[in-house]
Amino acid sequence: MTQWIASSGLFLAQWNRDGGSMMLPPQNSTIAPSIDWVFNFIFWICIVFFAIIVGAMVMFIVAYRRTPQRMKATSDVTHNTPLELGWSVLPGMLLVPIFWWGYDAFMDLRQVPADAYQVKVWAQQWAWSFEYPNGHQDSNLHVPAGRPVLLTMNSSDVLHSLYIPDFRVKQDVVPGRFTKLWFQADKPGEHNLHCTEYCGKDHSNMNAQVIVHSTEDFPTWLANADPLSKLTEEQVKEWLADPDAFIKAHPEFEGLEPPVVVGKKLHKKKGCVSCHSLDGAANTGPTWKGLWGKKAHVVLEGGAEKQVEVDENYVRTSILYPANQISKGYQNAMTAYQGRIKDREIMAIVEYMKTLTEK
Amino acid sequence: MSAISPSMAPPMYDREVDPKNYLKAGYGLSSWLLTLDHKRISLLYLYGVGFMFLLGGLFALLVRTTLLTAGNAEAFAANKIWVSPDNYNRFFTLHGAIMVFIVIIPGIPAALGNFVLPIMLGAKDVAFPRINLLSWYMWLIGTLMILSSLMYGAVDTGWTFYTPYSTTAGKAFAGMIPTVAGAFVLGFSSIFTGLNFIVTIHKLRRPGQTWFRLPLFLWSLYATGLVQVLATPVLGITLVLLLVERTMGMGFFNPELGGDPVLFQHFFWFYSHPAVYIMILPAFGVMSELISVFSHKHIFGYRFIAFSSVAIALLGFLVWGHHMFTSGQSAVLSMIFSAITFTIAVPSAIKVFNWLATMYKGSISLQTPMLYALWFMWIFGIGGLTGLFLGTLAVDIHLHDTYFVVAHFHYVMAGTIFVLFGGIHYWWPKMYGRMYSEAPAAWASFLLFLGFNLTFFPQFIMGSQGMPRRYYNYADQYQIYHQVSSAGSYVMAAGMLLMMYNLAASLRSGRKAPDNPWGSNSLEWHTSSPPPLENFNGDAFPGDPYDYHNLEWDEKIEGFRAKEPLIRPARVAAAH
Repeated sequence: MTQWIASSGLFLAQWNRDGGSMMLPPQNSTIAPSIDWVFNFIFWICIVFFAIIVGAMVMFIVAYRRTPQRMKATSDVTHNTPLELGWSVLPGMLLVPIFWWGYDAFMDLRQVPADAYQVKVWAQQWAWSFEYPNGHQDSNLHVPAGRPVLLTMNSSDVLHSLYIPDFRVKQDVVPGRFTKLWFQADKPGEHNLHCTEYCGKDHSNMNAQVIVHSTEDFPTWLANADPLSKLTEEQVKEWLADPDAFIKAHPEFEGLEPPVVVGKKLHKKKGCVSCHSLDGAANTGPTWKGLWGKKAHVVLEGGAEKQVEVDENYVRTSILYPANQISKGYQNAMTAYQGRIKDREIMAIVEYMKTLTEK
Repeated sequence: MSAISPSMAPPMYDREVDPKNYLKAGYGLSSWLLTLDHKRISLLYLYGVGFMFLLGGLFALLVRTTLLTAGNAEAFAANKIWVSPDNYNRFFTLHGAIMVFIVIIPGIPAALGNFVLPIMLGAKDVAFPRINLLSWYMWLIGTLMILSSLMYGAVDTGWTFYTPYSTTAGKAFAGMIPTVAGAFVLGFSSIFTGLNFIVTIHKLRRPGQTWFRLPLFLWSLYATGLVQVLATPVLGITLVLLLVERTMGMGFFNPELGGDPVLFQHFFWFYSHPAVYIMILPAFGVMSELISVFSHKHIFGYRFIAFSSVAIALLGFLVWGHHMFTSGQSAVLSMIFSAITFTIAVPSAIKVFNWLATMYKGSISLQTPMLYALWFMWIFGIGGLTGLFLGTLAVDIHLHDTYFVVAHFHYVMAGTIFVLFGGIHYWWPKMYGRMYSEAPAAWASFLLFLGFNLTFFPQFIMGSQGMPRRYYNYADQYQIYHQVSSAGSYVMAAGMLLMMYNLAASLRSGRKAPDNPWGSNSLEWHTSSPPPLENFNGDAFPGDPYDYHNLEWDEKIEGFRAKEPLIRPARVAAAH
């Protein structure tokens, strides 16, 4: 009954897909309907009370408007204790169930089912990285439908917050501690994921997609998500030396791409794009255009300055331990990628950077 | 009513008073900048706060204009707009910091309260006139410090200064340092004002001016003073820790230095939630004056309103954790904070019901100050009720840090600006002895009301749809809401210009104000408009401020006249 009232009103007509309304986005997690129920209940309480307040105000203005014939108030009453106690206590009673339902649904958000599928989340200015049990890292969040998913989240720099409106979940990501968030997506589809804790210049670009796969498709996606990780060290060397021949000779690595293409994608996926432009524009970090092979003027830890050639070693050190050598004129603002990027990925980035310097 | 007969009352003055009004009591810049008169200090605040309100409003217009179109990131990359992400972040930070610390917190207490508090008590001035002036200078210094941040890359942390972003060099701009130091100094200004008001209300009440005969504005200023004195030092300490971490690398909040960023949030909101009540309580007080006077009927439920102010002030200290439901604080803490948050809804509701009951069977005049009061009832109705969504744990998880929150706190905090304007229009004739034109004033108030709702109502919808706040670049689906919102902000700007023009014009061409144009029985309306330097040309004998039987309309002076005057000739000491 209350469900019907809540979903049938003028403002809340189901005109949007998946149980969304004028006020709320689609409901695509198992928890969303119970949160929306509380939302709608409060919504109607607000409508009723607002109507009472404004209705009484307008009625009194019309009925008791001052006119030359009506210069004085027609009542001398200054207080009425039972009435005042009544309108203090009675609306107060309404607050108890609101609090309780909100608390109840909140505890559901906090109690993680034991069989949840675990994904690690790394947040940094201004990119998300989602790490799967097999070591694959992705800039979008892929999850199976119909199974609880637990995100264990950490930030390498400042506060962030992971928010998926269609799932009604949000949790701050705090440097120096792990925070957790769980949800269960109801069916395959795509949803927006935003950072909702202000984190600096590109806060509003710190978005990702949540891609919900069906339970059957998810393992297949995960197995093929990162063909590069399946190569042996020997095969990586062959792939770097002659990409086209290697890819042709090894059809079993489905979806494997040449290093230059992989490097270009990593520039975006690993979040490099937030600070390093490709077109020569200055940003938080130096542009990659023309960087390869040039002499970089760097400030070492401790303050000494030095000229270094931008080669494989320089790129590798700058990615893994950026604070060791900061390009002069820039702040020490970059996250250390140690443990979060593989050597073969660095080599792909190197191959890509080479294409950005005109010969 | 008065228990003390005129002959028993102690003399208020031991010499002849200067009958000249306070505006004519001295001329030249130094007569203003070195004044100890609470009325002049009030005007110093009014113009200082007013100027900064326009500056803060300008930053808001820049924010709203930037948000006219979706996809700002691409537009900026293609050189189609000049506002960069960094500039946008500076705009909303400066808007927030200016409006909260520089405008709304001192707004009603220091500008309006300073003017009327001593007169309402029947006193010559506040208890510590020098500290009163010092508090204005602290305000000025703090304000200049925050503005000086513009020379150091400005500040882009949001007005909340969350760590570790704010304390990490190379992340937030260095302008954060003078801004935080400025907020620290502004805190002292606020403490001084609160302390001064508390002592003045305790010690300088005129005989016969008992606690339950105080105009309710004074109860609200008293409650506000308590919060200012008790909560602001915590902000001061927090800001000092922030500065020490940023400049000397001592770790309090940055985990890299062994600190905890969530600790900062606890410290910050321990002040900044009560600060919401520093902003709203004085507005409630002015509301009680306006509703009663313009209904020409005794305020309904005086004691409930008075005690609800104190209850709000005390409960306000216990709810700070409701800003932190998603921060990682424990579920038990969140549950407790949610429960206490709901209890604070009760005293807020009491006030609204009492105002409505005051209007019932009154004689309601829709003059401009009353219009502002009625607009506020609408606005605070929405602002207060939407607080229920945010106090509810699971619902807040969805709404936290979205535009829903932005809309909610503007309906509450920016709503108080309507009461400030209502108060300015109410006391303007007393301040300057001139009446403004009624029609343009009413139209300006309507434009402000219309623009306000156009600006902020769509933000509820886009917020609950999932639009995060502090976003420079947003998705197409929210564009229509942003455009309506921006259009509303321009309507408000038009209303502001009309209001200011009308008030300024009244100083030149306004008709001379009677002593009591609206028909109020509180003391400030029984002295002349404008009042003399020491407020009364005689001794004050306060009665019930909400008893209107003593007043009758006099067509000749176009104002109300007291049947029995509350100001009677002073007994001048024989030695003189």
